[in-house]
Amino acid sequence: MEKKTVLRKPKGFLDVYKHKPGAEKDRTHYCPGCGHGILHKLIAEAMEDLEIIDSTILISPVGCSVFAYYYFDGGHFQVAHGRAPAVATAVSRANPDKVVISYQGDGDLAAIGANNILQAANRGENIAVFFVNNAIYGMTGGQMAPTTLEGQKTTTTPYGRNLHTDGYPIRMAEIIAQLDAPVFVTRVSLHNPANIRKTRAAVRQALQNAKEHKGFQFVEVLSTCPSGWKQDPVDSMKWVEEHMIPVFPLGVLRDSSAEASVITRAEPIVDPARVIEKLGLAKGPSVTFSRGEIAPEYSKMSIRVAGFGGQGIMSTGQILAQVAMEYGYNVSWLPSYGPEMRGGTANCSVNIQDETIGGAEAVNPNMVIAMNRPSMEKFEKALIPGGSLVYNSTLIEVKPVRSDIRIFAVPVTGLADELGDTRVQSMVSVGAYAAVTGMFKSEDIVGLLPQVFKGRKQEIIDLNARAVRAGYDFVKNSF
Amino acid sequence: MAKMLMKGNHAAVYGAVMAGCTAYYGYPITPASEIAEAAASIMPKLDRTFLQAESEIAAINMVYGAAGSGCRTMTASSGPGISLKMEGLSYCAGSALPCVIVDIMRGGPGLGNIGPEQSDYNQVVKGGGHGNFRNLVLAPNCCQEMCDFTKLAFELADKYRNPVFVLTDGVVGQMMEAVEIPEPVNSIPDRSSWAVYGTPLHKNLINSIYLDHDDLEEWNRKLLAKYESAKASEVRFEEYRMEDAKIAVIGYGCVSRVLRNTVDAARERGIKLGLFRPITLFPFPEKQIGALPTRGVEKVLTVELSTGQMVDDVNLALQGTLKSDLYFRLGGNVPSALEILDRISELYGV
Ligand SMILES: Cc1ncc(C[n+]2csc(CCOP(=O)(O)OP(=O)(O)O)c2C)c(N)n1
Repeated sequence: MEKKTVLRKPKGFLDVYKHKPGAEKDRTHYCPGCGHGILHKLIAEAMEDLEIIDSTILISPVGCSVFAYYYFDGGHFQVAHGRAPAVATAVSRANPDKVVISYQGDGDLAAIGANNILQAANRGENIAVFFVNNAIYGMTGGQMAPTTLEGQKTTTTPYGRNLHTDGYPIRMAEIIAQLDAPVFVTRVSLHNPANIRKTRAAVRQALQNAKEHKGFQFVEVLSTCPSGWKQDPVDSMKWVEEHMIPVFPLGVLRDSSAEASVITRAEPIVDPARVIEKLGLAKGPSVTFSRGEIAPEYSKMSIRVAGFGGQGIMSTGQILAQVAMEYGYNVSWLPSYGPEMRGGTANCSVNIQDETIGGAEAVNPNMVIAMNRPSMEKFEKALIPGGSLVYNSTLIEVKPVRSDIRIFAVPVTGLADELGDTRVQSMVSVGAYAAVTGMFKSEDIVGLLPQVFKGRKQEIIDLNARAVRAGYDFVKNSF
Repeated sequence: MAKMLMKGNHAAVYGAVMAGCTAYYGYPITPASEIAEAAASIMPKLDRTFLQAESEIAAINMVYGAAGSGCRTMTASSGPGISLKMEGLSYCAGSALPCVIVDIMRGGPGLGNIGPEQSDYNQVVKGGGHGNFRNLVLAPNCCQEMCDFTKLAFELADKYRNPVFVLTDGVVGQMMEAVEIPEPVNSIPDRSSWAVYGTPLHKNLINSIYLDHDDLEEWNRKLLAKYESAKASEVRFEEYRMEDAKIAVIGYGCVSRVLRNTVDAARERGIKLGLFRPITLFPFPEKQIGALPTRGVEKVLTVELSTGQMVDDVNLALQGTLKSDLYFRLGGNVPSALEILDRISELYGV
């Protein structure tokens, strides 16, 4: 890889900066003495020498380098302030075999986008980050950056950065280096030829690793901003050496390039037949069961199931809906979701009918399944005249008050306990519902259980089958 | 394919997967979290990308990256998260990137609560982020539509190279219904003229900067033309018992389901009530609503779960021929069919 550097424009740059507006399509927009230009050149040279010009994608967020796409010969994303690591994450996942570069300033990376860089680093994204630390916001005219030094005057620290009100200059490379995932983390500087050579080596190391898909590379580059600092270029170089380096010490903070594993990602599966196969989608018929004779009052059901959390309220409702679906009904299930769920009571609404279902909430149900007393007291009132109330007589010691409804006292919890597992209460309720309405045959429900409890042990399925029959038989024998 | 009982939130993911979405980026929030959870379970089975981002801001920017890389991609959230996505959304629109965002609306402002509301209407339907842009917005009201409209959203996103929203409320996201999963698409439209693939032939640029004032004005005019063409061809709506209606109720999402019951109850009482349900909120069915008075409709009542956001569009569409009344409930409350009918009787003496 040790090629001689010749004095010409590296091939990593475009011949003509076609995206750059105006007449000057052969020079950059950077100020004299700015570090961005030097770093751009080192990257462009490395792209040429590492032969990655045709496989590099550059992400440039807002900052002076937002126009990086003018110069580099690669694919480009211009992105929002601070978000380059997030964009780069998705770009590298979509293009795992490419070199993805996130090129960021200190306001961008260490202020507005600090979380994005930390998280991308922590995920070990397969990207190379070049972080230009110039201790200031260049593009917006010289405001304080998170890296601004103590006492440094900027347009928003006119009296100098005050550690007590503005905080301390933030050392990003050190923060990144203490994470587990990053592979190569270093801090370099551009203030003199010797350090530019070290920066050149660091850039190459990072891009070599990126070319080999070796995860997260982070190169912090101390850089001058003569315009923002209001200094001439020569004084700026000195200022980096005398003031910045003591605060931001140079050197490699982490390097596991040799042992880092290569990141590979499988091609997404998009072939229709394979998608269907992989997701185990059934082609089969939609209606499984044939209906029996149903009394007119039970041909269109609006059901409220209610009780306390842990009584299987939600699953009772879901199974009612699922079984009804297999008989070809339109069904809907709506949970009470949210704080109520955690407050100890739970309820859900189920609609079963041939017509299109309107509102999903069973505001005026014709069936209430109440598993505890507060639920019965709350929903008995809502039943339409002639509606049915199935209540859990094991736990509800009071009698319903209404006389214009049909009442079915079913010891749901007791029947479940007799089977040895309180958790099968839902299936007892479903069985009871089937017997009350005549809408489902108990053996149809049992036939569906292997699907409902897919992947569970046969014992569980058998136990639930017994629960369905227990609820069903109790109602048949008692009413 | 065989019908499956599933939540609206899960149905949206199936719609996306069948549309060829290969990258999901999201951040959990009730009542939208099942979308991320379903994507987390399904996408890896197909070697597609699921990533729980560090924030909604990151998620929408990841969507920006994936879309620019030529993937069909999506994210989903609810009120507070949608607010956070607005800057990134504006970048997506400004860079003409096709992407899909599902918003399962909850109560606001602030943290509000997780009950159903429709109070993100303005931010989603009017654009939301900075600059002149619009989102195409589809408003499903059942689980099958959650699936079908999410799939459709990807098609529209490609057709217009623009963000498309699937906008609904907590009820439709959380409820379960039977859903027939559509067939997976065979291929997605070619995007090689603009997507960045990092190959010699596709060194494209994804960008929303136009420094020159004339250039930016021209770009904005192009966006406008795109939205005008969507207005001309993408309006979708549904009517129920409107043939002889004297009073029309207008609602979308879960409200439109309740309104169906209101119409049936009204008809039993001999009240000539019909339902007009916008399915696309942008483009809004303005011509169709504007024509209601010429079809014999004398009164219009808009019902929504916000203090009156869609009603402004209804009134713009009516152009002063009639003024829509408004009935709303808030905070997670959904009005009942009879509650709305009482309001109609009270308002119109029927
Ligand atoms: C959301 C948002 N906030 C603020 C800005 C304005 N802005 C543009 S660049 C910039 C600071 C850039 O500074 P830095 O990242 O240090 O890069 P430099 O210009 O110094 O290279 C700011 C605040 C913006 N574009 N977007």
